[in-house]
Amino acid sequence: MILSAKYELMRKNFRNFAETEFTTEIQEQLDREGGFNWDIWKKMAKYGFTGCKIPVEYGGQGGDTLAYVLMDEEFGRVCPVLAIYANTPNSLGGGPLLACGTPEQLEKYLTPAAKGEKQIAFALTEPGAGSDAGSLTTRAVADGDYFVLNGRKCFISGAPVADYAVVYAKTNPSLKGSRGISMFIVDMKLPGVSLGKPEEKMGINGYPTSDIVFENVRVHKSDLLGPLDKGYAVALSTLDGGRLGMAALSVGIAQACLEESVKYAKERKQFGKPISYNQGISFMLADMATEIAAARELVYSTAVAKDAKDKNASTMCAMSKYYASEMCNRVAAKAVQIHGGYGYIKDYRVERLYRDARIQTIYEGTSQVQQIVISRSLLK
Amino acid sequence: MRVFVCVKQVPDTSGKVAVNEDGTLNRASMATIINPDDLSAMEAALQLKDETGCQVTAVTMGPMPAEGMLRELIAMGADDGVLISGREFGGSDTYATSQIIAAALHHLGVGPEDVIFCGRQAIDGDTAQVGPQIAEKLDLPQITYAADVKKEGNVLKVKRLLEDGYMTIEAQTPCLITCVKELNEPRYMTIKGIIECYDKPIEILDYPALQNEPLIDPTTIGLKGSPTNIFRSFTPPQKGAGQMLTGTSQEAVNELVGKLAAKHII
Repeated sequence: MILSAKYELMRKNFRNFAETEFTTEIQEQLDREGGFNWDIWKKMAKYGFTGCKIPVEYGGQGGDTLAYVLMDEEFGRVCPVLAIYANTPNSLGGGPLLACGTPEQLEKYLTPAAKGEKQIAFALTEPGAGSDAGSLTTRAVADGDYFVLNGRKCFISGAPVADYAVVYAKTNPSLKGSRGISMFIVDMKLPGVSLGKPEEKMGINGYPTSDIVFENVRVHKSDLLGPLDKGYAVALSTLDGGRLGMAALSVGIAQACLEESVKYAKERKQFGKPISYNQGISFMLADMATEIAAARELVYSTAVAKDAKDKNASTMCAMSKYYASEMCNRVAAKAVQIHGGYGYIKDYRVERLYRDARIQTIYEGTSQVQQIVISRSLLK
Repeated sequence: MRVFVCVKQVPDTSGKVAVNEDGTLNRASMATIINPDDLSAMEAALQLKDETGCQVTAVTMGPMPAEGMLRELIAMGADDGVLISGREFGGSDTYATSQIIAAALHHLGVGPEDVIFCGRQAIDGDTAQVGPQIAEKLDLPQITYAADVKKEGNVLKVKRLLEDGYMTIEAQTPCLITCVKELNEPRYMTIKGIIECYDKPIEILDYPALQNEPLIDPTTIGLKGSPTNIFRSFTPPQKGAGQMLTGTSQEAVNELVGKLAAKHII
């Protein structure tokens, strides 16, 4: 897609910020030690990246979906985990609020999230319920002006640094499947909320992930988000936007893999010539570049379709996530292959990119779930 | 209070340099950036704006595509932009350039509380002359090499960065200050700034707009009005790759002598 001057300027700005601020030292430290880099977070907030596609009236920047995917792509090209920092408040964190928050909830929770003053985690997954939301066991029982929450959420990205969590809980167990689920905004400091220990992950280290446990947590009814018993439909609409962001992030990671591989193939000499002179290598590069270009076009056109409220946009989001994340893993595998033994060594960037890429086909809906979404839209 | 920031679009020196037959730079074929010292000048102006709410105007002279640079500066936080552009202004040296920019600033009107910021020098010409010449032509006090700028009432307190120390100077507004990149770290654009920058005003000043200004005289502007002429400019030829000789000193010397003899140098 030929971008207008405005979007080219956005890309330039995102790239400039990422290349300048996401230093190799920061990236390597996060990968080695995990944790969270608050300095980068504050800088992202200062320039409005945490509120990229949140409307101006709620403290955001008023960008559209195309601006948002450009940010995820360009940040992901330099550092996938730092791309997730900026992504979260715009998608899973802010999405449910934007979809059905009351004016009071928007002001109280969305505005500080957009400005990067507070962080919101998205708590849907449980040990026994991931893709199958109908199996949620977290319960919320009405008690006067409060709901009492009990249950356990797992793999919650950002939970250890979150101020609030959007929590999905069963409010009406007599309703089957994904019905009878409601959303709550839970202050992480409420009595009865506790965290599991941060998970040790294969990649995207530096954005902590843990369980959240709720033991008789009393949540005021003003923090019920959206209609009672109908929260899951909102979760699905939020996941659409999140999926597209993850697709863009996959394009960024793949682009980084390609750039590293082109550079290495020209430098590395074997049998008296650069390995790029071998078609076995150069054709791999050609395949990588072609697949990236195809995924990028799909992501950009989906972004435009989503803003235009195209009826196919939801399916296109699933297609983007599915194709781009699988493509990202194929490209990352080739990048390591081109680097040979060096690609398996931590001194080379593709080693980390390969590990960071691996989650892309899993979180925010596995490739197989995307296939279900896509095929259902064909067969309905 | 209005702050004018004079900026220049310069070739990206990390790219290839192309030269026209007359010795001037072939700017159209080269990637461009905002001159780094000018970005520091813009940041200084934006800090004053954060503090006082003053109006910040980016001013540049250049071909029409320089509008893109003005949009970037507006996305950083400037309120508006002025593009001085005309065939008559092309090929100007520092004398003619400062004549034209001074005329444009006079045309825009420099008020008693106003400040003009310039970068110390541009990375293409490296003269550091345009800022001071603008000040002279507008008969304004000038402070060069600013490494710190503070506003106290109608007085600007400026720390100058010199080779072997600092010098602190105070000046009444209106005045002109040239900034070094040590002054600050220029901010990035915001997303909102980028969305809005295409709706902000950019005024184009061409020759007819400025021809009645006292400083504008056909004999003092453009290539013909420039007292300095470029004798020759060229891209330095690439040096061939060196070759390291390894082994003991004796082996290396033997090999070197052999190579020199083979080229009939000795």
